[in-house]
Amino acid sequence: MKLTICWLYGDTMNIYGDRGNVLALAQRARWRGIEAEITTLGVGQELDPDAVDIYFWGGGQDREQIPVSSDIQGEKGTVLRQSLEDGAPMLAVCGGYQLLGTHYHPYGEAQLPGIGFFDAWSEAGPERFIGNVVVDSDRFGSLVGFENHSGLTYLGPSAEALGRVRIGRGNNGQDGKEGCVHKNAVGCYLHGALLPKNPAVTDFLIQAALQRRYDIQELEPLADDLEVIAHAEAIRRAEITR
Amino acid sequence: MGDFRLGLAIAAGKMSALSIRRLGRGGGTALPGVVSNALDHDILDKLAARVPGGCVVVAGTNGKTTTSRILAEILERSGLGVIHNRSGSNLVRGITAAFTEQVSLSGVPSGQIAVIETDEAALPEIVRRTKPRLIVLLNLFRDQLDRYGELDSIARSWKETLNTLDPSQTILINADDPTLAAISEDSPAQRLSFGFAECQYTLDHLPHAADSAICRRCGASLVYDELYLSHLGDYHCEQCGYQRPALDYGAREIQLHGLDSGELTLGTGDEALHLDASLPGLYNLYNAAGAAATALTLGMPGWVVQSAIGEFKAAFGRIERVEIDNRHLVLVLIKNPTGFNEVLRTLAMSEMVDPVMIVINDLDADGRDVSWLWDVDAEHLAEVEAPLSTAGIRSGDMAVRLKYAGIPESRITPLGDLDTALEQFVESVPEGRTAFILPTYTAMLRLRELLHKRGVVEMFWET
Ligand SMILES: [Zn+2]
Repeated sequence: MKLTICWLYGDTMNIYGDRGNVLALAQRARWRGIEAEITTLGVGQELDPDAVDIYFWGGGQDREQIPVSSDIQGEKGTVLRQSLEDGAPMLAVCGGYQLLGTHYHPYGEAQLPGIGFFDAWSEAGPERFIGNVVVDSDRFGSLVGFENHSGLTYLGPSAEALGRVRIGRGNNGQDGKEGCVHKNAVGCYLHGALLPKNPAVTDFLIQAALQRRYDIQELEPLADDLEVIAHAEAIRRAEITR
Repeated sequence: MGDFRLGLAIAAGKMSALSIRRLGRGGGTALPGVVSNALDHDILDKLAARVPGGCVVVAGTNGKTTTSRILAEILERSGLGVIHNRSGSNLVRGITAAFTEQVSLSGVPSGQIAVIETDEAALPEIVRRTKPRLIVLLNLFRDQLDRYGELDSIARSWKETLNTLDPSQTILINADDPTLAAISEDSPAQRLSFGFAECQYTLDHLPHAADSAICRRCGASLVYDELYLSHLGDYHCEQCGYQRPALDYGAREIQLHGLDSGELTLGTGDEALHLDASLPGLYNLYNAAGAAATALTLGMPGWVVQSAIGEFKAAFGRIERVEIDNRHLVLVLIKNPTGFNEVLRTLAMSEMVDPVMIVINDLDADGRDVSWLWDVDAEHLAEVEAPLSTAGIRSGDMAVRLKYAGIPESRITPLGDLDTALEQFVESVPEGRTAFILPTYTAMLRLRELLHKRGVVEMFWET
């Protein structure tokens, strides 16, 4: 068995920690005896959705989002959106999360269109939200991470949030929501990196991929002693620092 | 000396340094500078201008403390009095404080030459105010506090500063860093360079923590003929032909001897100078080569350079050896992802089996977001058999990082809070053996306090 993890725009959208998410997906597959291959897809490269089992899309600076936004207009964006509609699992963090919505409006510049897979849109805000975050999610339980964004994301009526913000600011600092989930795609502002400390999300993505490719219904459990320690430590840290 | 304001400022600065030390509040390294500066805000300019042998400024993300300390040692051994911000207090205030302390009340400098270690962001102001005869640029790395392009703006501000110099001034760059080579190209100052001419220790690809190397002339990706450390190496651009500048001081015959020392030969022919450095790792050999090239540029004798480098002990916090309960502890500060990578690489290359404890804090000075741990190549530690412990505020995050690097959980012990972890870790080390502790900045400060309480290290301002 083999899973292919595609890191979208991994050469330009890779701020600190993004690699942790890709490593977590690959390692948790390997520890279950599943081969894992990591590929990257850059601007101008064609997307073959049949060759991808799990997508990861990370964050970048505003100026790095401009060529990416134009790259997903037209054919490539349509193919990606269809792949997600068909149930391909994805984690998108920060910049990638914003571009899964309809658009992102940077400060004082032209609006950047996204692929419109999430019923959500984003705009630059006046303030930067920085700090430890704890989110309560119905699907995944508590989630821990570190937010660092000035973009504000608003969910439309049909969108489901990833969870409710227990500590921190979340999507926009107002409605108490963090992230978005649709089909098997998860988008959020949580760095840290997210997946190593929140293995429930990692396993959800791997499970969805195995089901699609191999029709496997159940995932072999792993010992998560260290992950549990790090998760609890991050919650304590959020309580103290915010 | 008719400068009344200057005299008053120096006196006030000296008094405040003295009273802070009497109160026993650590260091007292920056406040005197604030006091002096408030009384005469040109004080640094005036004092720097009075140093007969001029000023040497040393800057870079990694290695500036070690390099400037080696340099000061060489100059002192050559018989010069050296004004130096030895405490590593490298912002404008700390540098002003160091000058204030090292002049007489009438403003006569106690030394013939000044060695100024400066913070990256402070470099433009320090250069403008001290008008250095020589500026030494070691490297520019991204660090964990810089997620949003600060490095680019520092490179731009350095370039602007270098372009304001005049031909009587000299820049000495590490030419293996393509950024430094590019930003110094148009400066009216004389430019000299050092670097590794031949080195057997190479990397196959750019580490994840390194910025991708882009040709600053044409924007194409640089091609490395040899890559030594992070983005440092011998490079060229296929598109426009840009390449590493010729080396005025090229290092050859580079040998690493585990965690103890290394050696290299600087220059060729009759001029060649063999250096044995009692410092480990390629990053320290860059520091040794940089300090030696600087000293030679200043006309210091080769044999003094050799002996000073051979007997140099690492600066505070970089590498430190202490004895505790009949165990030898080696403390190595983790400053940023690149520094962390090089420490791990050095441990792996020496195939060591001694216990290692990594201490990660997430206070302001460490970086509040521990995401950066994922850009460190912890995979190096999968190659060695050493037992690994983690500690500090983010002990759990580091333990998880090690696990996902492919290290079996049976080899990883998360110890949590540093105060209790230190005792547990020391007890786990067999008597008579060596162990390594790798702390982030604030963890190092706490570690030193804990060791000091047990009477095993002197506090840093006493050394
Ligand atoms: Zn070029």
